[in-house]
Amino acid sequence: MPTRTAVIASSVGLHARPAGLFVGIAGEAVRSGVTVTIGRPGEEHVNAASILSVLSLGARQGDVVELSAEGENADAVLARLVDELSVDRDAKAS
Amino acid sequence: MSTVVTTLTGVAASHGSVHARAVGWDPGTAVAVEPAADIDDASARVVADLRFRAAAATSPEGAEVLEALVMFAADPELLALAKSRVDTGETPEAAVRSAASTYAEQLRGLGGYLAERAPDVEDVGARLADSLAGRAPAELPRPGHPYVLVARDLAPADTALLDPQVVVGIVTEQGGPTSHTTILARSLGIPAVVACPGARAALDGHEVLVDGTRGEVHLDPDADLVASVESREQQVAERRAQATGPGATADGVPVKLLVNVGTVDEAVAAAGQDVEGIGLFRTEFLFLGRTEEPELAEQIETYAAVLEAFGERRVVFRTLDAGSDKPVPFLGLAEEENPALGVRGLRTATSRLDVLERQLRAFAEAASRTGTEPWVMAPMVSTPAEADAFASLARGTGLHHVGVMVEVPSAALRAAQVLRSVDFASIGTNDLAQYALAADRQLGDVAPLLDPWQPALLDLVASTCTGASGRELPVGVCGEAAADPHLAVVLVGLGVRSLSMAPRAVPAVRATLAEAHLSLCRRAAEVARAAADPQSARSAVAELLG
Repeated sequence: MPTRTAVIASSVGLHARPAGLFVGIAGEAVRSGVTVTIGRPGEEHVNAASILSVLSLGARQGDVVELSAEGENADAVLARLVDELSVDRDAKAS
Repeated sequence: MSTVVTTLTGVAASHGSVHARAVGWDPGTAVAVEPAADIDDASARVVADLRFRAAAATSPEGAEVLEALVMFAADPELLALAKSRVDTGETPEAAVRSAASTYAEQLRGLGGYLAERAPDVEDVGARLADSLAGRAPAELPRPGHPYVLVARDLAPADTALLDPQVVVGIVTEQGGPTSHTTILARSLGIPAVVACPGARAALDGHEVLVDGTRGEVHLDPDADLVASVESREQQVAERRAQATGPGATADGVPVKLLVNVGTVDEAVAAAGQDVEGIGLFRTEFLFLGRTEEPELAEQIETYAAVLEAFGERRVVFRTLDAGSDKPVPFLGLAEEENPALGVRGLRTATSRLDVLERQLRAFAEAASRTGTEPWVMAPMVSTPAEADAFASLARGTGLHHVGVMVEVPSAALRAAQVLRSVDFASIGTNDLAQYALAADRQLGDVAPLLDPWQPALLDLVASTCTGASGRELPVGVCGEAAADPHLAVVLVGLGVRSLSMAPRAVPAVRATLAEAHLSLCRRAAEVARAAADPQSARSAVAELLG
């Protein structure tokens, strides 16, 4: 199962709008047959399409997370999600 | 006529004042509708209802809150947990509530921003349960005149639909300074007092004066009181609108009003505003998460773009502030149990001096390319020796305005020695509070200890200013403290001469400073330091500044 790591870039962490955008993409992937999980390296993963599970990770700016995907196009989905996590979506909120 | 209680006190949540009739509201009163068939049906209905409300929201913030609730109501794990509880014998109505509380508790355990989302999750649980039981959500009162809404607490979905022409003031018994009610009231410009116990019973049906600046609600106020509060608010509004340009006290002592930024885009946006420069440019965004060090050319280009945007105005760059909690993989820092007390800030230069040297060179090159002279400072300096070493390294690279951040108590206590070879100091109040009060900034449970009004923190600011005064070094503040207008007055009274904050905080700080003579600032500093705790420091200064 393909796995990638990413560093949370958003200054608020993986919360609020950045988390919403991330979960939105993971949700789209589920509808096209790819399931994605997210977790801290070496720890139990949660459903990446569940906003409550993603928030409960409490991931902050600079934290490293691991993403795994299963299904057709899993690599492309992972690449998109890693890109999403690597942008500071909250830069303007200072 | 009773004269027992005429004023209730709460937390000032949204500034301004309003005089109107109070209407108490209990969202528990609902109308009967056809119940949802099952949990999935309830989810679909609640999502549809919230989307409908989002479309009618009175502010972009309101719409955003509702969009977040939509995601909670459709969350696959929340619904799966509720269904599994139905399988083990709970009623669907109880299962959605208990599943929502399970997630709400998890968020509470994480503290801070996430803990404040817990009531939203519970609100969604209650909406799902209502839908299963055939109860429609209660609507806001419509008494036919503008009114002050008084409730135990407002659910985000309710506040998002407030019409500021009708709901002219808000008082809640619960809530806090960062709850949704507060954020939305501020964005709509509705005066609000939150955390005001007993408000519903005391206020319902009465004429009230909501003073959202002081956090007070006056019951059946007389005309004199109404007039005095209203004229105070009007003056503040007028002065805020008139105050522009460089910051100064009422008697003309200059206090530079600067901004904190972390990217080139933010810097360019801030350059277009009425500010005197950048007081803190965080350079981490260039480094964070990188497996290889950014090229010298990329660094020069970035710093030059910032200097160009600000032209003649001051720009203070902070060198890389990495640590094991802000990982920069190419630095090769070890995992630490206690990142706040570990190898971070300037300390990373002991193993990777070359990275700091290249960054300083990039600042110098950017300076010669743009013809402007940046100020450069190092984070997390604890001893005179560290400050000396940084100063000589930076000067050797051709930089002329070299400073250090004061965010470790040892640097504040021994400021005269720590600052002996630098040109300026910038106090980072957020970290200084973390270290002075021994309270982790990442832990919600200890957040009250990190209040920027902590008298101990003010003592350390005073000590820094005293240490700097011998050589008349400029001392600035670039933490959260600088953005609070009353606290800004206190800081100036302690000897601070530049304040760096989020761009949106500048106008209010400028207006408040313009009304205070330096002698009043000094008096404010004295009363704040004489207080025993942050809350009494705040009230004493508010009283003094009127």
